[in-house]
Amino acid sequence: MLELTAKSPCSGLLPMTIGPFTLTEMTPLAMTSIAPRKGQESALSDALKAAHGMAFPAPGRATGKAEARAVWFGRGVALLIGPTADAALAEHAALTDQSDAWAVVRLEGQGAEDVLARLVPVDLRAAVFKRGHTARTQLMHMSASVTRVGDRAFQIMVFRSMAATLVHDLETAMRSIAARS
Amino acid sequence: MRITCPICGARDRREFYYQGAALTRPGPDDGAQAWDDYVHLRDNPAGITRELWQHEAGCAAWIVVTRDTVTHAVHGAELATDLAGEVQS
Repeated sequence: MLELTAKSPCSGLLPMTIGPFTLTEMTPLAMTSIAPRKGQESALSDALKAAHGMAFPAPGRATGKAEARAVWFGRGVALLIGPTADAALAEHAALTDQSDAWAVVRLEGQGAEDVLARLVPVDLRAAVFKRGHTARTQLMHMSASVTRVGDRAFQIMVFRSMAATLVHDLETAMRSIAARS
Repeated sequence: MRITCPICGARDRREFYYQGAALTRPGPDDGAQAWDDYVHLRDNPAGITRELWQHEAGCAAWIVVTRDTVTHAVHGAELATDLAGEVQS
């Protein structure tokens, strides 16, 4: 019998610590995109609250906590990260399983926004990009989702196929910033 | 160049994909000349122009951007869905 072993997107690449920065992979149990049907936005938000304890996020925001987070993921779409989406949500929204589609990493450390400033064309400083803020943008040339999950911590997501490039680009930027501090 | 997406706010130009002039689509019975103009003929204005862009790397919304080709100033952007029927590529 063939034995298959599941590998995470950044398997063999992370964790990594460079100077004050740590880069770790996050492996949520499930990721599901939730796109509310027309006119069902508030009903869906109520259902999401009942099932997973967080409201549907406004554009540029993330709701919930580390173990179950809803991250705004584009126009009319949020990504539920953590738990398997409750089937009741399907009454108000289109649910699509994305669990194996995205690489999710956590960048933490004093000055993490300086690292991302080298890669992302969005102002991520704490004064304007607070905890619970999220952005769909680019990291180098990769389509990415960046969310501030702590005072010194970001969650960064890119397509799974680009995991090695993501780690390489972040490593280069971390080394560069660490060398100057 | 920065474009203010109605959903995401001011973002760098590299997040956007350029489609072309935002034109009014002729009706099905407007005749060959109107359709020939719509498909093939474009103004090349020195000044204010309205164009369709997509916030490809952001929220993915289609927007109509008003900008000046002489000064490079971006005067505004509206969601294309809010202008439904008025403009199409």
